[in-house]
Amino acid sequence: MRVVVDLNRCQSYGQCVFAAPEVFRFRGAESLEYDHQPDAGSDRAVHRAALACPVQAITLGGPAVPEAAVTGASAVVGETR
Amino acid sequence: MTPRRIVITGASLAGLRTADSLRANGFTGELVLIGDEPHEPYDRPPLSKAVLAGRSGTDRLALPSTRDLDARWLLGVAATGLDLDARAVRLADGRDVGFDGLVIATGSRSRPWPVPEEAALRGVHLLRGRDDADRIRAGLAAGPRRVLVIGGGFTGSEVASSCRDLGLPVTVVLRGGAPMAGALGEVVGAAIGARQRAHGIDLRTRTTVTALHGDAEGRLRRAWLSDGDELDVDLAVVALGSVGNTEWLAGSGLVADPRGVECDAAGRALDVDGAVVPDVYVAGDVARWRHPHFDAEPQALQHWGNAVEQAEVAAHNLTHRHRRTAAALPAFWSDQFGLNIKSAGLPQLADQVVLTQGSFEQGPFAAAYGRGGVTVGAVAVDSPRVMDGYAALITERAPFPPAVNATDSPATAVLGAGFGSTELSGPDLTAVHGGQS
Ligand SMILES: Cc1cc2nc3c(=O)[nH]c(=O)nc-3n(C[C@H](O)[C@H](O)[C@H](O)COP(=O)(O)OP(=O)(O)OC[C@H]3O[C@@H](n4cnc5c(N)ncnc54)[C@H](O)[C@@H]3O)c2cc1C
Ligand code: SF4
Repeated sequence: MRVVVDLNRCQSYGQCVFAAPEVFRFRGAESLEYDHQPDAGSDRAVHRAALACPVQAITLGGPAVPEAAVTGASAVVGETR
Repeated sequence: MTPRRIVITGASLAGLRTADSLRANGFTGELVLIGDEPHEPYDRPPLSKAVLAGRSGTDRLALPSTRDLDARWLLGVAATGLDLDARAVRLADGRDVGFDGLVIATGSRSRPWPVPEEAALRGVHLLRGRDDADRIRAGLAAGPRRVLVIGGGFTGSEVASSCRDLGLPVTVVLRGGAPMAGALGEVVGAAIGARQRAHGIDLRTRTTVTALHGDAEGRLRRAWLSDGDELDVDLAVVALGSVGNTEWLAGSGLVADPRGVECDAAGRALDVDGAVVPDVYVAGDVARWRHPHFDAEPQALQHWGNAVEQAEVAAHNLTHRHRRTAAALPAFWSDQFGLNIKSAGLPQLADQVVLTQGSFEQGPFAAAYGRGGVTVGAVAVDSPRVMDGYAALITERAPFPPAVNATDSPATAVLGAGFGSTELSGPDLTAVHGGQS
């Protein structure tokens, strides 16, 4: 799973830290830090964290690029015209 | 008509968000993303923060996509040309990729150290991408005697903070009167600068680096400063701002220079006559445009939130008859020295600033910025929850100084904001509080 937090929107309520402390944490009094690629074991907790965020700042998703496209670099093209 | 093949150049935050929202908007045609980095799209803000401080690896920053993009990815290959008549993007390997719709999202890169022989010394770094961060990490792990940060903007300040987290001695050299003065003005910049010093930063304002010296092996050893000092340094990070990745657009007919590619608020690229180029959009750091809320020159807003919004606007406009414009208030955050800094609006337009909550010396504070009696910007330090209120004041063009009515509001004087040479030559923090009743 992949996670990104809109830190403009985040108001440091800490609900995510409470729901998934192994993925979200505070640095200093008000700065959220988090793991963008948490292990599958924390999927449930991360989903709970995203739902709990009062300002809906947390976006979850999967890998954007199929593995082969990254390792194959520009070899994976498809025809151009 | 919705285009059949949309090509996105630049496969990072703005590029990925464009692709994701195109599919969210129901686009079912072909999608091609071209990126010169060999990596899948990743998040940059942690590079100067968690990564340099050793709390995260560069291999753990990949950005999510919220759906199956069913896209073709051309990674590790640069776009080198744009032919608007033929509607094709030229690639570095000589291939052409035709398009019906194009989104330009090639971002910006760090401005290099201007002396090439000195820039080439081992130990002299820029910080923009994963590979840069990995090189700096390795250099920091080798235990430099002192780290030199050239430039005191946000990136430079965050790098300095991360190096202090590692316990390394750090000197920051900046031309202006205070860190981040270009974005926040010298009054607020000086308040944050005082806290940087309290964290042990050797902060040299109104100073420049005049030369970098290497040893026989071409490794950085010394830096000479305009204040006459010489420093023993083994690692320097050059953080002198950025330039748009626009060279590949030379001769295309678009208005593209180091400041960015000109576009309107709907994200549509403009040609040299100022006319809209059909089906060609610009998003993210590389876009130079006039924000509809402010009476200001076109500018690139090089912030994470702007890349996301412009990507969504471009995707909307490529798939809908009714155009959207990007109108969300500019906003960004920074994390440094244990402080959370948030900004909204365009403080840099202001001629005046007022402390509205807290104290410049310690703890949280907020300040509002005004021009011509109108509130145009705000900054909040360690008080992220007040930002929505200030954003509302800026959006409704509230009179300046605004009535905030917070319980911790100090009764402070309105000050020159400290942008540019006509402003305060050196903010005096005692003067700030001299206005207190
Ligand atoms: C160290 C650092 C810290 C930051 N911290 C913050 C922060 O705290 N808060 C905040 O709001 N913002 C921050 N930012 C800014 C934020 O990361 C950017 O605004 C955002 O990445 C812009 O996204 P983008 O997609 O427009 O550009 P980029 O992320 O720069 O992506 C552009 C991509 O296009 C590629 N490219 C360039 N030229 C070509 C070409 N010719 N062909 C193909 N590909 C090309 C580039 O290599 C890159 O991968 C930070 C940036 C950096 C570098
Ligand atoms: S729950 Fe949301 S607002 Fe609160 S800290 Fe987490 S991301 Fe930020």
